[in-house]
Amino acid sequence: MTTLQLDQLDGLTKLTRPAEAREITCIYCCDLLSLAMAQAPANSAWVTVMGNRNTIAVASLADVACVILAADTAFSDDCITKAEDEGVTVYRTAAPIFETAKRIDLLL
Amino acid sequence: MSELTFRFVVPGDDYSRAGEASSTVKNRLKRLGIDPAAIRRVSIALYEGEINMVIHGGGGEVIVSVTPQRVDMVLEDHGKGIPDIALAMQEGYSTASDQARSLGFGAGMGLPNMKKYTDEIEVSSVVGQGTTVRMAVLL
Ligand SMILES: Nc1ncnc2c1ncn2[C@@H]1O[C@H](COP(=O)(O)OP(=O)(O)OP(=O)(O)O)[C@@H](O)[C@H]1O
Ligand SMILES: [Mg+2]
Repeated sequence: MTTLQLDQLDGLTKLTRPAEAREITCIYCCDLLSLAMAQAPANSAWVTVMGNRNTIAVASLADVACVILAADTAFSDDCITKAEDEGVTVYRTAAPIFETAKRIDLLL
Repeated sequence: MSELTFRFVVPGDDYSRAGEASSTVKNRLKRLGIDPAAIRRVSIALYEGEINMVIHGGGGEVIVSVTPQRVDMVLEDHGKGIPDIALAMQEGYSTASDQARSLGFGAGMGLPNMKKYTDEIEVSSVVGQGTTVRMAVLL
């Protein structure tokens, strides 16, 4: 699937401006940034409740397809700008991490 | 033979600016046409090192030099130092503060990541005086 399909998904809001669609090959869940740096597969959809500038830096370095902030995680305008600058697409949902990952996994 | 050098001051305890040196280096290396896989390794190692300087080392200085053969990185801080470097290099070992943990740091994976993604790494430290990390990625 691609990020375009996430755009259509109920309950998921895209926080960053439209960007080129990316292929999503798997889901990755983790809230520890250096662990995510070590483990997040490239092209994964990274589901996390850690929403700050460092999340974006790691997402960009690990080359994930997108970041999905679960559990209504706050994300400042400054972070949105940083994500857009780095070319990282960010979504947000009210659902918890596991439910979010499970739902997207069914679409893979 | 040409050598390019970049120098950055990393402010201590300014979490919001941590990562600037590595993202600037990443962009400059891209413009130099360096192999993307090597750029990724440099960026990850530098990012982890830079974050450590901020959350543990009270800030410091980063010097990156690029030749056609290699990218060398020197990260120097004058923070509290590392009492047991072998222990600090182990996966999962962390003394990160609650504030750092609340931002997602503290997995104890930074130094292991730096080792994994570089070809050479040397950490030297004097408790109470500071820490110097030298890393190289061969091109
Ligand atoms: N520049 C430094 N100055 C002082 N201590 C350091 C420095 N860098 C690392 N350390 C020590 O080594 C430990 C391990 O570092 P490492 O980067 O592996 O993990 P971390 O920074 O605690 O967590 P993570 O990097 O996974 O977010 C740190 O918790 C700290 O005690
Ligand atoms: Mg670290």
